[in-house]
Amino acid sequence: MDAASRSDQPAIRVRDLRKTFRVAERDAGLAASIRGLVRRTHRDVEAVAGVSFDVASGEVVGFLGANGAGKTTMLKMLSGLLFPTSGEVSVLGHTPSRREREFLRRITLVMGNRNQLQWDIPALDSFEMNRAVYRIPDAEFRRTRDELVELLEIGDLVRKPVRNLSLGERMKAEIAASLLHRPQVLFLDEPTIGLDVTAQKRIRGFLAEYNRRTGASILLTSHYMADVQALCSRVVVIDAGAVLYDGGLRALTTRFSPHQTITVQLPEGVTDLSGYGEVVESSPDGRTSLRVPTAEASAVAARLLADHRVSGLTIEDPPIEDVIERVFAGRPSAPVPS
Amino acid sequence: MTAAPQTRERRRLRGLPGFYAVVMRTAVQSQFQYRTANYLYMLGMIAEPVVYLVVWSAVADAQGGAVEGITAGEFAAYYIVWTLVRNMNVVFTPYGWEQRIRQGELSGQLLLPVHPLHYDLAYFAGWKFVVILLWIPIAAVLTLVFSPVFDVTALELLVFVLAIWGAYLIRSLLLEALGMITFWTTRVSALYQLWFTAELLLSGRLLPLALLPGWAQTVAAWSPFPSTFGFPIEALVGNLSTGQLWAGIGVQLIWIGVGTLLATGVFRLGVRRYGAVGN
Repeated sequence: MDAASRSDQPAIRVRDLRKTFRVAERDAGLAASIRGLVRRTHRDVEAVAGVSFDVASGEVVGFLGANGAGKTTMLKMLSGLLFPTSGEVSVLGHTPSRREREFLRRITLVMGNRNQLQWDIPALDSFEMNRAVYRIPDAEFRRTRDELVELLEIGDLVRKPVRNLSLGERMKAEIAASLLHRPQVLFLDEPTIGLDVTAQKRIRGFLAEYNRRTGASILLTSHYMADVQALCSRVVVIDAGAVLYDGGLRALTTRFSPHQTITVQLPEGVTDLSGYGEVVESSPDGRTSLRVPTAEASAVAARLLADHRVSGLTIEDPPIEDVIERVFAGRPSAPVPS
Repeated sequence: MTAAPQTRERRRLRGLPGFYAVVMRTAVQSQFQYRTANYLYMLGMIAEPVVYLVVWSAVADAQGGAVEGITAGEFAAYYIVWTLVRNMNVVFTPYGWEQRIRQGELSGQLLLPVHPLHYDLAYFAGWKFVVILLWIPIAAVLTLVFSPVFDVTALELLVFVLAIWGAYLIRSLLLEALGMITFWTTRVSALYQLWFTAELLLSGRLLPLALLPGWAQTVAAWSPFPSTFGFPIEALVGNLSTGQLWAGIGVQLIWIGVGTLLATGVFRLGVRRYGAVGN
C-alpha cells in the first residue's frame, strides 16, 4: 500500500472501550491460603475505562502511560487477543475479537518480551514458516525478506540458531518476522525494551522508514521517550484506563508543563538572576538556567539581553520525560516566580 | 512477477498443505538439532515396554507357554509394535496448554491467521518422521533379543499404517480439548492424570485388551482409548478379520470427528476467557 491509496476512513476506531478483569485476592500467609480453599474473594479491576480515539491511515501514534495504566491491555484488544468487556473497536474495518483471517493477515503485534521465532533453528527458517502462515507468494516473500534484512542489517544473524542471538539481535529478527506479510497496522509494545542505544536508534529509524514506504499505521507504546519523539507526531496519554490527553507532543508540553528553560551565558561570571525567574542551575563560568512561564519567556529573554552583556542564550522546552512525569503525577506545573 | 503466475501461486498456497509441509519440515529441523537427546528419549521410551514384555514373557513361561492364548513370541510382537504406536501417541499435551495459557504463550499463536490446532498437529506430525527413523534400529535390536512372532498380511499392514495416524489424530484432538480446559481452571494437570490412568488401563498400553476382565473390555469398547493404542497394534499383530480391521478404522473416524468437534468447540468458547497474561 502506498501513501496515495490511504483511505479517509480511520485505520483504527475505538469508542467507549472497556475491559474489566476479575481477579482473585487474598491476604498473605498460610492461614489466608487455607481460607482461600473454602471462600475465595474476587475483585473487578477496570483496566480500560471508556477509551475513545481514532488513528488515521499512515499515522504514527504514541501510547503513553505509567505501568498498569492499561496501554498493553488496549493493544491486546486492538489486536484481537483480548475480548473487550464493552465498547466498539474497528481495525481496518474488522472487529479484532472475531480474529478473522483477513484481519490477522493485515496487522502485527510486536511485543518487546515476546518470542515468535523458533528457538532452535535459524531465523531464516522461521521466516519461511511465516511465508506459509501468511501465504505470501514466493517472489513477494523474497523481496520483502531481503528488504527487511537489509534495512535492519541482520544479514549475518539470520543464519544462526535464534538461541545464539543476543537480545538486541533477536529483537531485530523478531521485527523482521513480524513484518514479512507487510501489515497495514502495527501494534508495537515496547519494541526497544532492553536494547542498547545503537540498536534502539536503528529500530526507530527502521520503523520510520517502514511507515514512509508502506503508509502503515503504527500504534506504539514505549517508556523510552526517544522512541516517541522520533516516531510520533501525536500521543495518547492513558492513565488508570482512561485517556488523559490526545494530541500533539508539543501541545502536551504546553498543556502539562507551561514553563520553559532559559539558559544564559554571561561573560562576567556568576550573577544573581533570580529576579528573572526560578534559578534551576548556576555554574561558576557564568552559565545560569532559569525556569520561566512559557508566555513570558520571550519577554524575559529580551530583558536579559537588554540588561546584561550576554554571550549565549537558549530557550528550551523541558525534557519530555519531565512533562510525562507531571502528567502522571496529575498535578500542574509548580508556580514560577517572574 | 506477472499477474497470471502470481494468481497461480496464490492458488497453490491456498489451503493448509503448504503450511503443514513447512511446519513439519521445521519440526524435523528442530529435532535434528539435538541428536543425543533424541537417542536418550528413545531409550527412555523403550524401558516401559521392555518391563511389560519381560513380565508377560515370564508369566507365559510359568503358565506353560501362553497367557489367555497369547504366547511369549506374540507378546514380543505386541510390545515391539507398541514402541512405535507409543511414539505415534506422543502429542501436544495438556501440560503444554497449561503453560501456554498461564504464561501467555498462546498470544503469539492467536495472532497468526491459522488455528493453533493446525500448528500442533503439523509440528508433532513432522516430529514423527524423526522418531520413526530413530525407532528402526531400536526395533531391530528388540527383535533380535525377544524373537517376536509376526504373521502380517498386506491388508493388515495397510490398516496399521492408517491406524497409527488415526491414533495420532484422536489422541491429539482429545488431549488438545482437555488441555484447553485451562482457559477456565488455569491448571489442568490433575485432570490429565485422571485421564492418563484410565487410558493406561483401557487403551492396551499396560496390557493387551484381551487380558482385561469382561466388564473392563466393555467399558474400553465405548471409550476412545483402544483406538489410540490397542487397535493399531492388534491390526498388525492380532488376528482381526477384514471386517474387524475396517470397523476399527470406522471407529477411529468417529472419534476423529468427536475430537474435532470438542477441540474446536472448547477453543471457541475458551478463547474468550484468555487473559493474555505474562506476555
